[in-house]
Amino acid sequence: MSEKTLLEIKDLKMYFENRKGLLGKKIEYVKAVDGVSFTIRQGETVGLVGESGCGKSTTGYSIMRLYRPTSGSIIYDGVDIAGMSAKEVWPYRKKMQMIFQDPYASLNPRMTVSDIIGEPLDIYHLCEGKERQERIYELLNTVGLGKEHASRYPHEFSGGQRQRVGIARALAVNPEFVVCDEPISALDVSIQAQVVNMLEDLQASLGLTYLFIAHDLSMVRHISRKVGVMYLGSLVELAETEELYEHTLHPYTKALISAVPELDPAISKTKKAQMLTGDVPSPIDTPKGCKFASRCPYATEKCMEERPVFKDAGGGHFVACHLI
Amino acid sequence: MAERLLDVRHLHTSFFTHLGEVKAIRDVSFHVDKSEIIGIVGESGSGKSVTSLSVMGLLAYPGKVTEGEILFKGEDLLKKKKREMRKIQGNQISMIFQDPMTSLNPLFTIGNQITEVLHTHKKMGKAEANERAVEMLRMVGIPSPEKRVRSYPHEFSGGMRQRAMIAMALSSEPDLLIADEPTTALDVTIQAQVLALMKELNERLGTATILITHNLGCASSICDRILVMYGGKIMEEGTTEEIFYEPRHPYTMGLLNSVPKVNGEQSKQRLVPILGTPPDMLHPPTGCPFYPRCKFAVKACASMDVPEFQLSGTHRVSCFMCHPDAPVKEEYEKQKGGIRHV
Ligand SMILES: Nc1ncnc2c1ncn2[C@@H]1O[C@H](COP(=O)(O)OP(=O)(O)OP(=O)(O)O)[C@@H](O)[C@H]1O
Ligand SMILES: Nc1ncnc2c1ncn2[C@@H]1O[C@H](COP(=O)(O)OP(=O)(O)O)[C@@H](O)[C@H]1O
Ligand code: SF4
Ligand code: SF4
Ligand SMILES: [Mg+2]
Ligand SMILES: [Mg+2]
Repeated sequence: MSEKTLLEIKDLKMYFENRKGLLGKKIEYVKAVDGVSFTIRQGETVGLVGESGCGKSTTGYSIMRLYRPTSGSIIYDGVDIAGMSAKEVWPYRKKMQMIFQDPYASLNPRMTVSDIIGEPLDIYHLCEGKERQERIYELLNTVGLGKEHASRYPHEFSGGQRQRVGIARALAVNPEFVVCDEPISALDVSIQAQVVNMLEDLQASLGLTYLFIAHDLSMVRHISRKVGVMYLGSLVELAETEELYEHTLHPYTKALISAVPELDPAISKTKKAQMLTGDVPSPIDTPKGCKFASRCPYATEKCMEERPVFKDAGGGHFVACHLI
Repeated sequence: MAERLLDVRHLHTSFFTHLGEVKAIRDVSFHVDKSEIIGIVGESGSGKSVTSLSVMGLLAYPGKVTEGEILFKGEDLLKKKKREMRKIQGNQISMIFQDPMTSLNPLFTIGNQITEVLHTHKKMGKAEANERAVEMLRMVGIPSPEKRVRSYPHEFSGGMRQRAMIAMALSSEPDLLIADEPTTALDVTIQAQVLALMKELNERLGTATILITHNLGCASSICDRILVMYGGKIMEEGTTEEIFYEPRHPYTMGLLNSVPKVNGEQSKQRLVPILGTPPDMLHPPTGCPFYPRCKFAVKACASMDVPEFQLSGTHRVSCFMCHPDAPVKEEYEKQKGGIRHV
């Protein structure tokens, strides 16, 4: 891993328009990503965790420029790509690839594995004919599948194998940066470890940089050098992995970590998860104070009124909470 | 001696598809005592759901129990008439599913759906049933239940729907609750709430529970005993402590190894996956179903039926490694301490 910053996300916002009323005249905004900042160094893995709907995928899609962000900057290797047109962003798309959560839904059932992996090669005119065929076999080999799999269809594979096909497809264009959006959530425990090991091996051999989105906190801890915790569109805490897990600062992160069921029955049977009560506010009418205040056991008057700033609490451990 | 509630004996269940007979469950035996929580863990497709559907009498065509007995309070459910079974389903035995929307009707309010159960099974009058529905919602921790009984399922969040479904399943005060992956679709914070709720209700009402999950941590946190299934068979059964501290089946060992360790340094250790993929149940392997993926396999495993070894009053294992004449393998010996082996 180098010290070079590959990606710098600054105050990224992605609002979706929601038209209401009979004539669709009233416009509301779903603030899916609402001011997110972090950096990723070349060759490292940054993890992103949080409840479903908190904006993890939208953050990933926006960085990939599959969306046009509402505001903020995405500085990729020194160049801000946030405001670029589709045409300008094209060369960057090739450097960034995505692995999707659902290995069942993300592959076209009517295409053979060979076509699925070959498609990005064609889109970017990377190679054709015999060379293309060789490249497909090479990619299959990289993800632990064989030539014999090339002519088969997705439904003929298990979940873990399909996820490998998805990974081979993402690797086809030799990306530098890969967004892994819950790549193991749909897989069996025994298969999850296979896929995670493979992602780690590929990182080591190809020098890949990952944004690893997941809600399994122990797997994120295993794979990431740095972890960000999202809540309702914003980062509430961001730190190097061990620092985050061992010296947790934000009340929401504490609740999340305490809720992970432990394997050891002596611990899991006595451990009291810190229960969160109260409702998650809607991403349309976000509260003016701290977004977590409706569920936070420590919330005060100030928390209702004033939004805490996301700031460095020391040594690069960022947190947004009035208590800190 | 604990009172036996459910006794499943040598159950075989198959699906008769156009491709042939899928032998989903092959000779499964287990029991549930009164007020006990047991867990069933295992790979996708290992037969967890088919086992529970067989017990509930909810197997749909082309599924069929082909052999065995399902004794509930001493009576064989497989010999019951449809009408008799319907009285037991949702009354003495209730089930909650992974996706709450499959058992909640979107067209009726949550309250309606609970009172419906109370009318049918408890012959309760309207006022009493309404009151009880509110009480049930309060018990599962739905805020302002008096208002929420009038909500429709889509007005609830995922966690609230799961709670509403638990409220519905428990409103008939069943003796046995079968929960099939009740938290898989939920966030960890909500998952912790649902598990705590199931445990609390078990302690308070004595509801015996079968928790089906592929999350070992969930099983560890609330189960008294655990069954490990693979390829339609039970590989290992033991108390939660036996499974986590003294596993003897290579598949159980493999599952425990696949999960990252929680503490500092160790969390970065390379994971040890189980290589290969689960068997195709249309052509299940002869011998031990885990044979193609097992590090410790010997010749006999591929062809011979694996006997069951009873290691303690509560611990049984289907694996030749438990045979007194089995070869001593260092790697296997190391894994015997389970999650304590490091
Ligand atoms: N309707 C069906 N027709 C044919 N085969 C079926 C049917 N339902 C289940 N099976 C087969 O029965 C076996 C056991 O399935 P089951 O649903 O019990 O698995 P499970 O352990 O609950 O898995 P999961 O963790 O994915 O829920 C599998 O091989 C499955 O393919
Ligand atoms: N295309 C879209 N249009 C409108 N709202 C969206 C869209 N995509 C996501 N959202 C909303 O944005 C929020 C964040 O979603 P998402 O990024 O998918 O969350 P996560 O990946 O953390 O589960 C959610 O409230 C979701 O409903
Ligand atoms: S700012 Fe207040 S409400 Fe928000 S997390 Fe901190 S203590 Fe809780
Ligand atoms: S019986 Fe043989 S193949 Fe099966 S788990 Fe035991 S050692 Fe492995
Ligand atoms: Mg997502
Ligand atoms: Mg199932």
